[in-house]
Amino acid sequence: MAAKQTVSFKLNGKPVDVVVEPRELLIHTLRERLAHTGPHIGCETSHCGACTVDLDRMSVKSCTVLTVQCQGADIVTIEGMEQGGALHALQEAFSEQHGLQCGYCTPGMVTRAYRLLQENPDPTEEEIRMGMSGNLCRCTGYQNIVKAVQAAALKLAAAREAPRKVAAPAPAREETPTPA
Amino acid sequence: MADMDVLERQKKIQGLGVSRLRKEDARFIRGKGTYVDDIKLPGMLFGSIVRSPFAHARIRGIDKSKALAVPGVVAVLTADDLKPVKLHWMPTLGGDVQAVLADQKVCFQMQEVAMVIASDRYAAADGAAAVEVDYEELPAIVDPHFAMAPDAPVIREDIAGKDEVGHGKRTHPNHIFTWEAGDKAGTDEAFDNAAVTVKQEMLNPRVHPCPLETCGCVASFDKVTGQLTVYLTSQAPHLVRTVVAMLSGIPESKIRIIGGDIGGGFGNKVPVYPGYVVAIVASIVTGVPIKWIESRIENISTTGFARDYHCVGELAADNDGRIKALRFSALADHGAFNSHVSATKLPAGLFSICTGSYDIPRAYCRVDAVYTNKAPGGVAYRCSLRVTEAVYLIERMIDVLAQKLGIDKAEIRRRNFVKAEQFPYTTSLGWTLDSGNYHPALEKVLKAVDYEGLRREQAEKRSRGELMGIGISTFTEIVGAGPTKVCDILGIGLFDSCDIRVNPTGSAIARLGTMSQGQGHATTYAQIIATELGLSSDEIQIEEGDTDKAPYGAGTWGSRSTPVAGAAAAVAARKIRAKAQKIAAHLLEVGEGDLEWEVDRFKVKGNPSQAKTMKEIAMAAHTSNLPPGMEKGLDATEYYDPPNMTFPFGAYVCVVDIDRFTGETKVRRFYALDDCGTRINPMIIEGQIHGGLTEAFAVAMGQAVPFDENGNHLGNSLMDYFLPTAVETPHWETDHTVTPSPHHPIGAKGVAESPHVGGIPCFSNAIVDAFAHLGVTHMDMPHTSYRVWQQCKALGISAR
Repeated sequence: MAAKQTVSFKLNGKPVDVVVEPRELLIHTLRERLAHTGPHIGCETSHCGACTVDLDRMSVKSCTVLTVQCQGADIVTIEGMEQGGALHALQEAFSEQHGLQCGYCTPGMVTRAYRLLQENPDPTEEEIRMGMSGNLCRCTGYQNIVKAVQAAALKLAAAREAPRKVAAPAPAREETPTPA
Repeated sequence: MADMDVLERQKKIQGLGVSRLRKEDARFIRGKGTYVDDIKLPGMLFGSIVRSPFAHARIRGIDKSKALAVPGVVAVLTADDLKPVKLHWMPTLGGDVQAVLADQKVCFQMQEVAMVIASDRYAAADGAAAVEVDYEELPAIVDPHFAMAPDAPVIREDIAGKDEVGHGKRTHPNHIFTWEAGDKAGTDEAFDNAAVTVKQEMLNPRVHPCPLETCGCVASFDKVTGQLTVYLTSQAPHLVRTVVAMLSGIPESKIRIIGGDIGGGFGNKVPVYPGYVVAIVASIVTGVPIKWIESRIENISTTGFARDYHCVGELAADNDGRIKALRFSALADHGAFNSHVSATKLPAGLFSICTGSYDIPRAYCRVDAVYTNKAPGGVAYRCSLRVTEAVYLIERMIDVLAQKLGIDKAEIRRRNFVKAEQFPYTTSLGWTLDSGNYHPALEKVLKAVDYEGLRREQAEKRSRGELMGIGISTFTEIVGAGPTKVCDILGIGLFDSCDIRVNPTGSAIARLGTMSQGQGHATTYAQIIATELGLSSDEIQIEEGDTDKAPYGAGTWGSRSTPVAGAAAAVAARKIRAKAQKIAAHLLEVGEGDLEWEVDRFKVKGNPSQAKTMKEIAMAAHTSNLPPGMEKGLDATEYYDPPNMTFPFGAYVCVVDIDRFTGETKVRRFYALDDCGTRINPMIIEGQIHGGLTEAFAVAMGQAVPFDENGNHLGNSLMDYFLPTAVETPHWETDHTVTPSPHHPIGAKGVAESPHVGGIPCFSNAIVDAFAHLGVTHMDMPHTSYRVWQQCKALGISAR
């Protein structure tokens, strides 16, 4: 067994330090050491996306990231979506559009959509389907997930255009599109 | 004005028929669900299973020493360790026994051989890799067609001397049972005298339900109190509790099974698996909680496969396509142990629903089940047991018959449908279809898709050498197991239950014997009760899955929640309303008969200002101001034994375009009309249909669990096993008719499985239809591009 290492990163805006074996996967650190059980494990091979988290402004599957790779990183999980007691537009839209059933894929879906809408704030249906294709859902058939992402995109666009008029949930963490 | 008031009050209740948002969403959208792997108990250890690399082998010896030397490893359990407590074998839900840990030999690849218990999941995995097992490989049987050959290797030596394993006489050591239904002689005679007969072999390949969450448990035995608590991914927690009590000898009152949130089930989470049992034993032995969670590869390889039915369908008809007789048979591959989830009296499940939506005067069916060196099972993948196989056969066979006679595939269905006036209709295989209205459903769909126009377009395309297929499926399902006189598991009748308690301030809590895995029970049950009691569904709390809290029930599978537990909820609520009426009459000083119910209150007939709301009555029920002799409180419990199954039906059309050069199939359109009787929450119904159609698409177009000739699994990760993404998944169009069930308290029938059951043959029918003009009558699933291209190649149309 290799010596344990201390890794420091930001998790949903707060600094954390963990002491882990070099082989420890980020999903296990998040779930078992840091009590962030929102991201789930569905396949352990990067296919299903249930473990998706936002790592330095990229969607990553935390089942195939080593925690020691995260030194200095900025990590956002589903637990960081709600801001100041207000849900993110995507969280509301998933419920309003019935974009979830068993809820197991939902944290990964919302976290992926959060990044997708920053990469592309006004996606077409095809772009949403492609942009979400790293996240599997066995319950919904995706149709209402697509609707949820569309609805959230509209709501976020409205909030950007008239931030004072729209009683939108608190602004999401970053609303400026990230240059490719 | 009064009407406005009534409407306003109805709206407030958010009851039956309303697309209200789901009550369970609040925790899921925040990542605050509690799934089994989220459970963390003090001192908890992890279990990792050592599995067989061979499909069939004798175990010469197991060396634990290296594993025990791995840092963090606490124990290594094998069959020999479980023997003293007699837990190395367990009963299955199919009437057989299954090795908890392999006893002297392994009978399928990835079979459970040992469990390593360690301080964390990494140490447990290290330990599992260090266990050394000495195997002597034996020849394996993979193809069920060879299972009963005279010289076939004996798979189950443990029962070699038994001429029966729960379902009648065995004729070969690898034979499990033969089951038949219907009038064989009469059917044979009808075939002998028929103008036309058709026969077709077809395979429902081995597939896996593959919910996004795998199976797992946390077992926690308290040595002081003797209490066993198990958090477990189960669709049927009460049945699990009974099995655990039978197995362990622990009084059932000291066993608590907690379902928590379940990340999808689709049948995979009905059985009791060896991993659960070993974790329980390990907790009893070590006195600390043990967590065992499957990996995805373990999940696909070992737990809960479905189908593997090798079928032969035959129909006899007159020259107008009117079916005179049906003769279906199936060779069922149950793997190495018969852990098939089935009611005791129905070893082949509900396969005898295979007469479908059609008026077929004579029918006979037979299923022969055999052992092979493959994982044990199977379960019903988003269907009632063997209903997908049955519906697939009849919906495909009627197309085969249509092609033989040159009759349009919609027209042949019209000619054979059970007519509306024939219900209740008893099929020639003995089921009484409670209700149905098939003709209008089909016509509505044909009109919506412009069926005639599609056929014209198809003819034009065919003249240009292009492949376009139109598939129709007009299925009848059988769900809601079930009447206890027909349906039991391990002797326990498949009733279900609901216990409602109304609080003084007019909110309520209801507990049921079912277990949601995403179906939205917290919302739909609350809606049923809301309408019955006139209380807001927002204020009706639903609890399931904790056996210490909920009344006994058989769980959620086979679309039984609404037909059985939903009925229990309505009946329990009606008991409460009957008591409430007595209280209202007492408070208003009128006779019970002078009162009428209106949305949320009893009012005096002819004097509507005199009324008592359910909230007022709830408070009164907890005071001294009650009719003389009446018990306090406003509670009721119902154990509901359904008088019959329910029979949801639907009419689907699928349109596909196939590239003959690549075999690539595009689903251009899928139109699904479902009739599930009374609709509780249309939003949730539509969601269930989208999901079921997507799983049908997965099965029809890509899923299969393949093996090589030695029984090696050839596709047990998501790299190989097809789960459609948002990109491949077609757009779904949904529609409905409403034909209430006459025997269900609110007329509901269940819906979640219909789209899977009805969708699969619809896809196959569309694909085959694309080739029908070239003489093709059947193509086996899955219809991957490669396999469709092979068909094009065989027909000589794939070259540019």
